[in-house]
Amino acid sequence: MPIITVNNLTKKFKSLTAVDDISFSVDEGEVFGFLGPNGAGKTTTINILCTLLSPSSGSAGIAGFDCAKNPDDVRSAIGIIFQDTTLDTGLTAYENLKFHAYLYNLDRKLTERRIDEMLGVVELRNRKNDLIKNFSGGMKRRLEIARGLLHYPRVLFLDEPTLGLDPQTRNTIWDFIDSLRKKEKITVFMTTHYMEEAENCDRIAIIDAGKIIAIDTPARLKELVHGDIVHLVTADNKQAIEQIRQLFNIAAREENGGLVLETEKGDEFIPTLIHSLSMRTLSVSLKKPTLNDVFLKLTGRLIRDEGLTDTREVTREFVRSHRRAQR
Amino acid sequence: MIQVRPIYVICMREFIKFFREKSRLLGTLARPVLWLFVVGNGMSGLIKPQAGFSYLQFIFPGMIGMTILFSSIFSSISIVWDREFGFMKEMLVAPISRLSIIIGKAISGTLISVAQAIIILVLIPFLGIHITFMQFIEVVAVSLLVSFSITSLGILIAARLASFDGFNIIMNFLVMPMLFLSGAMYPVTSMPPALRQLTRINPLTYGVDAFKHVLLRNATPPLGAEFPLSLDLFLVTAVSLVMLTLAALSFRRKE
Repeated sequence: MPIITVNNLTKKFKSLTAVDDISFSVDEGEVFGFLGPNGAGKTTTINILCTLLSPSSGSAGIAGFDCAKNPDDVRSAIGIIFQDTTLDTGLTAYENLKFHAYLYNLDRKLTERRIDEMLGVVELRNRKNDLIKNFSGGMKRRLEIARGLLHYPRVLFLDEPTLGLDPQTRNTIWDFIDSLRKKEKITVFMTTHYMEEAENCDRIAIIDAGKIIAIDTPARLKELVHGDIVHLVTADNKQAIEQIRQLFNIAAREENGGLVLETEKGDEFIPTLIHSLSMRTLSVSLKKPTLNDVFLKLTGRLIRDEGLTDTREVTREFVRSHRRAQR
Repeated sequence: MIQVRPIYVICMREFIKFFREKSRLLGTLARPVLWLFVVGNGMSGLIKPQAGFSYLQFIFPGMIGMTILFSSIFSSISIVWDREFGFMKEMLVAPISRLSIIIGKAISGTLISVAQAIIILVLIPFLGIHITFMQFIEVVAVSLLVSFSITSLGILIAARLASFDGFNIIMNFLVMPMLFLSGAMYPVTSMPPALRQLTRINPLTYGVDAFKHVLLRNATPPLGAEFPLSLDLFLVTAVSLVMLTLAALSFRRKE
């Protein structure tokens, strides 16, 4: 039975349509990812689900409650970790959690035990009485996860949970999410524009310009890209391209002293290929398509092509994917 | 839709932070001390005592009013801080009503202002004023009302202020004029008619007037109170309720 249901949801801001007639549902216990570039409508969708925004049309419901009509019931059922920290830096870790417990009217006897339990889960018990202003980015994020889970929500929302964190901390956060999933029996709804993170989800919706353009498991999404990518270096690349065209009717292209071709079942194709070529093969490698390739295939762009704010990030991502392609 | 536990914890948060920030406590005392003993003594040379009341004694009720004005505005502006630093979202996605958030902010802002007003009363022995225990109770009661009205006004402003950039504008075009046009520093009776009209629409005028009633019992205008105490209290209360209602409405629409 789905715990989140979204039907024909649309959100307009004046002339801008941020979310454009999307429908999907998430089953209980699932880790569901929203993948898309900045400005695709991910945060707007989360804000509607979290009752911070009301939809222009269509509906969104969580745990059987309508997000627009029964906001308080929805709010009790969800925990949220926003993109930017929403902790009070002038309070201690304990005080932040206690504040939360009171807001959510958590049972008085339960409160202390639950705070202690959650501080243990995120390994911050020894920092209980420290002010948040002395916490690192990763510690803050962990505390927010503890706070988001404090009131036993049925759905946990994570909006870009690892944005701005270093790779090690990012991995730690993911380990937490994985282990929590086992302990707390919770549904996770997250947004991200990191491909590697999206791979951790049970199902992914790829969203671009306010529309869902694909929704499936990571493995099946990758099947959308027909075939694998084979990278080959031979003694005579020019001639090899000619032979491949004649023998297999595949257009290979030269790239950085080697050649690249796309084919289905690349692992089975490679032995035939090497056998058929008249010149010596120096090296060969096979790359399975990534979600980035899926996004590229579906939209004709890399996921962070347009990165409006941080050009360095775009460049870095470009370099990274370029390197990946070369590998 | 008023929820007691959320209101309680919103207040507790403000109290904890108020007492944790020592600079804020110190600032509370520093401003009135500066006004009373530096500006007050400087002006005393110009303004002769009238009917047994010195200028220094005259501005003391005004200084309580000033302390409440700054404290209440500062407290309610915390809503803008909360919004800027994200904490407001934590409250907005919780299963509590917007009204509870407003009431929590109003109560905490009011009580912190009253606490600061009481702290100012320790200066009384240095001014040659004697107050009875009854007067003390009256000062606290008037402080509660005045603090509540200014905090409500501040919340109304904060609910409409998009970002912290607007804060300076509010300080220069609202808070400072409110102070200067309240009769806190000089008698309003000696002002040009146009400015006098402005003092009459300033809620702080009636708050300061009420403090003059309580603290400068036997003084008469221009140094003493100008309006009847009942009118002062009625107007301050009315302003509070109107402001808070408008704030609640505007907060609900915006968020």
